Amino acid sequence: MDSPSYSYFEHGADIGLAGHGATLDEAFESAAAGMFAIMTDLASVRREQIVRFEFEEADVELALVRWLNLLLAMAREQGMVCAEFRLDRDGVVWRGSATGEVWRSDHERGVEVKGATLTMLRVEQRGGEWDARCVVDV
Amino acid sequence: MDMGWLRQIDAYRWALPKVGGEQRHDIALYGSRELLASMDDKVLEQITNVAQLPGLVGAAMTMPDAHWGYGFPIGGVAAFDPEQGGIISAGGVGFDISCGIRCLRSNVTLDAIAPRLPQLADALFRDIPAGVGEEGEIKLSPAELDQVLLGGAQWAVGHGYGSAADLAYVEEHGCVRDAVPGNVSELSKQRQRGEMGTLGSGNHYLEVQVVDTIYDAAAAQAFCLREGQIMVSIHCGSRGLGHQIGTDYLVSLAKAAQRLGIRLPDRELACAPIKSPEGQQYIGAMNAAINCALANRQILTHLTRETFAHVVPEIALETLFDVSHNTCKVEHHLVDGKQRLLYVHRKGATRAFGPGHPALPALYRAAGQPVIIGGSMGTGSYILAGNPESQNHAFASASHGAGRAMSRHAALRQWRGRELIAELAAKGILIRTRSLRGAAEEAPGAYKDVDLVAEATERAGLARRVAFLRPKVCVKG
Repeated sequence: MDSPSYSYFEHGADIGLAGHGATLDEAFESAAAGMFAIMTDLASVRREQIVRFEFEEADVELALVRWLNLLLAMAREQGMVCAEFRLDRDGVVWRGSATGEVWRSDHERGVEVKGATLTMLRVEQRGGEWDARCVVDV
Repeated sequence: MDMGWLRQIDAYRWALPKVGGEQRHDIALYGSRELLASMDDKVLEQITNVAQLPGLVGAAMTMPDAHWGYGFPIGGVAAFDPEQGGIISAGGVGFDISCGIRCLRSNVTLDAIAPRLPQLADALFRDIPAGVGEEGEIKLSPAELDQVLLGGAQWAVGHGYGSAADLAYVEEHGCVRDAVPGNVSELSKQRQRGEMGTLGSGNHYLEVQVVDTIYDAAAAQAFCLREGQIMVSIHCGSRGLGHQIGTDYLVSLAKAAQRLGIRLPDRELACAPIKSPEGQQYIGAMNAAINCALANRQILTHLTRETFAHVVPEIALETLFDVSHNTCKVEHHLVDGKQRLLYVHRKGATRAFGPGHPALPALYRAAGQPVIIGGSMGTGSYILAGNPESQNHAFASASHGAGRAMSRHAALRQWRGRELIAELAAKGILIRTRSLRGAAEEAPGAYKDVDLVAEATERAGLARRVAFLRPKVCVKG
């Protein structure tokens, strides 16, 4: 995909996150990039390590929340910060991967995202572009 | 908030009357006109959703520091009766299960240690793991972690972190019963590897503070507080484990609600009847996370003491109290003259037991439970004391912090981390952080006026002010 396209929207206490893309998968990948960009400068992250996982989810909106939360969990478990994301949907099965490296002392420290929430959760196609959004708890 | 919707009960209490044939329980909002007017309309929308949940007892309530959360508003309080189909809600507890504040009092004054504060700030910043991506020294095996989830702060004391004397001043003596580590996913446990004894990020902090003003001399004496005294507050929670439990159960409870025909006005309210298998499973996992948070703050208390001992060898740090403000707890409350067993959700709200409550340690029994309203960086903090339930009509609950007044996004547009830290240093507040972005998002100006919140908390009868603490050093996550 082209460079990920994400944006943020207002929420009183936390952060509204939106990923955009030509396909549903791309919008999810962009949302993941937007989430990790809250934690560090993605340009400084080396692509050294990859984590792969899959999950089943029939509801596309819940799938967005599960995708983001699994990424947070996998990254935390490995002590990693991730910068590049890939997701492929095969019916109700979603296969994802994330590339990055272990946190280095010179990585910029942003704010830790604790979890993706169901608040303002929406996945929809608008004018040929997919938009995948929810509030993340920080 | 559009005040036109509200009916004023007195200067600090308001109700949201039902419109037409609206089917819901009552809603009570605490706070001054000024505080409520400045709240987002989303607070009203969210508390209205809470008031539609089954088995609610009394009113769905918001505290004076309420703000727009997810599912429940932050500063939301709601009690449910299991015998009347009452529910347990993951969204009503929050992601950072049992996030709270451990407050320590010292035997030294600001005058005695003022020249050593910069050295202390650097040492605390070096020794206390804080911020995104930072890990602690403690790495537990899965079996050891299960013991933490069962034992809480008692486990930590048993393993050399702090002393047994601390436990009398931690809610539930540092360990909640009915924790079920088996209900906690492997992923949650794996996420906690490396996170025991860490502060975390966002609004979490470790502050060195000075008692600036005493409001209630008798309660201050009971809490052993005096002007000029150095205090330490540690604000953090159950870290990755709690977040993952919140995540896991948010989805499973949302599905359970659908299956059981509970209409959710907002999916984030994900809940199940307390007496259902799904509800019981979440309760077991949530209690495990509460113990994780209590152990975490106990370990951080120990690390804090070790660091202080190097820089200020004459200091002794005793636990004043440890309060959690993201929980659901089983408590007895008097409702319409009858004692009832209720599950009280406090999402960004503090328990505030009044004088004479049997759960309080003997030292505080006459004064009431210490309640901590945490500020952040420049805003200062308050210690209050719980009131009897004849005055506190919110199931013994009170405010938990200043509460955000501005989104993180808006704060980032208004402040630069480096400038903010310099401004606070000029005011005598030393900030240590790895995250300049985090500092800007947490700018004191992005929060409500903590003085107004504490005053409203007192005037609404929720708790009474005992002391104001001024920050001197703040290690931010």
